[in-house]
Amino acid sequence: MSASPQKAKAGAEKLDVVVSAVVPLNDLVTRFEFKRSDGQDFPPFSAGAHTVVEMQDEGRTRLNPYSLMSDPADTSTYAISVRRDDEGRGGSLFMHRNVSEGDQMVITYPVNLFPLDLRAGKHIFFAGGIGITPFMAMIEQLERSNGHWELHYSARSPELASYADNLQSKHPANVHVYYDSEGEAIDLENLLDGQPLGTHAYVCGPAGMINWVHDTATAHGWPEDNVHSEEFLAPQPGKPFQVRLCKSDITIDVGENESLLEAIERCGVDAPFLCRGGACGQCETDVVESDGEFIHRDHWLEDEDHASGKKIMPCVSRFVGKSLVLDR
Amino acid sequence: MTIQFNEETFRDDYSFRNSEWAIKRFPFPFHEDSYMYSVNMEQHRGGPKGSVYEKRFDVDEHYVSEMRDRAIVLAEDPLRCQSLPHMTLAGWDTLELIMVCKSEDYPDLFELHRDGNQWHWINKPMGIDQKFTFLDETTLPCGPLEYITRQAQGDYAVLDQRDDMLWMDAGMVTTQADWSLDFDIGMNFFEWHAPVPKAHEMGIFKRALKFLLNIQQGAPARRLNWTMTVNPLLDTSPENYHKWGIQKTQLTPENIGAKQHLRVELQTFYRLPRSNALLFPIRCYLCSFQDLMTMPKWGRRLHRVIRDLPEELATYKGFIDNRPMMLDYLSQFDDGLPTSPGIWPDQDTEPPLQK
Repeated sequence: MSASPQKAKAGAEKLDVVVSAVVPLNDLVTRFEFKRSDGQDFPPFSAGAHTVVEMQDEGRTRLNPYSLMSDPADTSTYAISVRRDDEGRGGSLFMHRNVSEGDQMVITYPVNLFPLDLRAGKHIFFAGGIGITPFMAMIEQLERSNGHWELHYSARSPELASYADNLQSKHPANVHVYYDSEGEAIDLENLLDGQPLGTHAYVCGPAGMINWVHDTATAHGWPEDNVHSEEFLAPQPGKPFQVRLCKSDITIDVGENESLLEAIERCGVDAPFLCRGGACGQCETDVVESDGEFIHRDHWLEDEDHASGKKIMPCVSRFVGKSLVLDR
Repeated sequence: MTIQFNEETFRDDYSFRNSEWAIKRFPFPFHEDSYMYSVNMEQHRGGPKGSVYEKRFDVDEHYVSEMRDRAIVLAEDPLRCQSLPHMTLAGWDTLELIMVCKSEDYPDLFELHRDGNQWHWINKPMGIDQKFTFLDETTLPCGPLEYITRQAQGDYAVLDQRDDMLWMDAGMVTTQADWSLDFDIGMNFFEWHAPVPKAHEMGIFKRALKFLLNIQQGAPARRLNWTMTVNPLLDTSPENYHKWGIQKTQLTPENIGAKQHLRVELQTFYRLPRSNALLFPIRCYLCSFQDLMTMPKWGRRLHRVIRDLPEELATYKGFIDNRPMMLDYLSQFDDGLPTSPGIWPDQDTEPPLQK
């Protein structure tokens, strides 16, 4: 039709915010709270949603996704909790070192790739470490609608178990915490075995834990659609490589510490994205030609897509070889 | 009030009429002289002043009468509005979205006053003044989806999003182009589109689903769809086919200009914030052939589109039998002159009919 054509910009809509609180929780995790710069309320969101935080780091724009962990019904504040990753590419370090109360930042509208299945008669949550964050919002949402839930939260030690005390004192009957340091572990087999029909399981944590929950659930006859997970991958550093973008008619260099998507954006090409963590599928890009090897790291493409060498997810995947031409 | 609401009917004596203003802003769906399916999505972020694209939920001269027609349909068949148990939150999302948009976009017609969860809604055209508690169903006369869509033109499908799929799990459907919510309830995107010819082979639905799954909060989208309806009937439902289907046989060369209507749907898509469901409002606009012919460009173009439309599409859209009569009528308004690109009537620049 085209009543008034407007080209959609990559990424979700943006919100100007001011950092209203920076709350260190323990050695590794700090909570950041935001208010809207224009004083208006935030849009409501559904539990499980994330926001992408824009960081201006000495001329370099970093865009990292974080789960919204505040109460979805509280539209005055959005909150995220960031675990410092000393080995990472620097986004979480930037948040910990450079962001303080009163700073102006830009974040995106909420995007939900990890929603609650509202048909569920019961929700059972499995959190590993910082994977607790989406469940904080889910618990608030379900408490408000009298939902039936329980949480199994595994953390390295009591000192590093963010929000565990809080959750246990508020919901003593629903929250179970397990500390590696005390030799405790989630009794997954028994838990999955004893759930009523119509229960949905959700897991957020390290890759090993996600696979463990999926595999154990499958082995106990759980329908695939009743087990939900979310894992944001951080792009990994790698050897620099060169890419030709044939639609844009430019050749670009991807540095050791930036992702292919970031390099594309740095060169002024507006490429689609949402999660930047290999999960949402938005940045899927066709490969026109390649001579070399792909390092696929996403959760989006099928195995045959990975094997075909015809597609790449530039947010997390890389390339090693002589030449790569992308349809971008 | 800024809009003069018509006293009119969409049944029995069919007193429905479009004013000159309504004809001029009619969402003519053909941007060129031919038509084929496409996903044809664009952002829903306003449009030219006065056009049906300008506001998030367009209110026009038919509002009050359309809502009266909806009430008649619901009284006869309550299953036109359904909401599966897990969709109540999406119903509240819908209510919030429509109330906020209407009160902001039409402050002279609608008011919303909010103090926490204590809400006060005033709908002046319909004479409604309602105080209620947001998210508390006991404080409204009916469920939130039914409550607000009894006050909003167009049909509303509310689609749950699960497992990379959309599910028709709630809706209010009384002004539909021959589909049934009661039949489709609980179906997934591919199931409820199964009857559409050609588009599956073209991969249209796969692409459309991918697009819809990725519609995000704060970034609504829209597209147009169209069909043909004899008499200005809003309720062309399968449930009532025995009442309206026969009317397709009552066209004559004398009455076709007044009776035959182009039916256009302005379809919009909103990600609902609290439930993560997708709201799919389908707003129906009707315009008689004779009113369309007052715009020379639309006269030329409509003839060419209907003439060249593939047979499967004319069959699916339900006018294959009447096509020859339509073409006899429409050809009078096609002088063979070229048409300007785009959907707008371009009254000032398109030449008058040259025959």
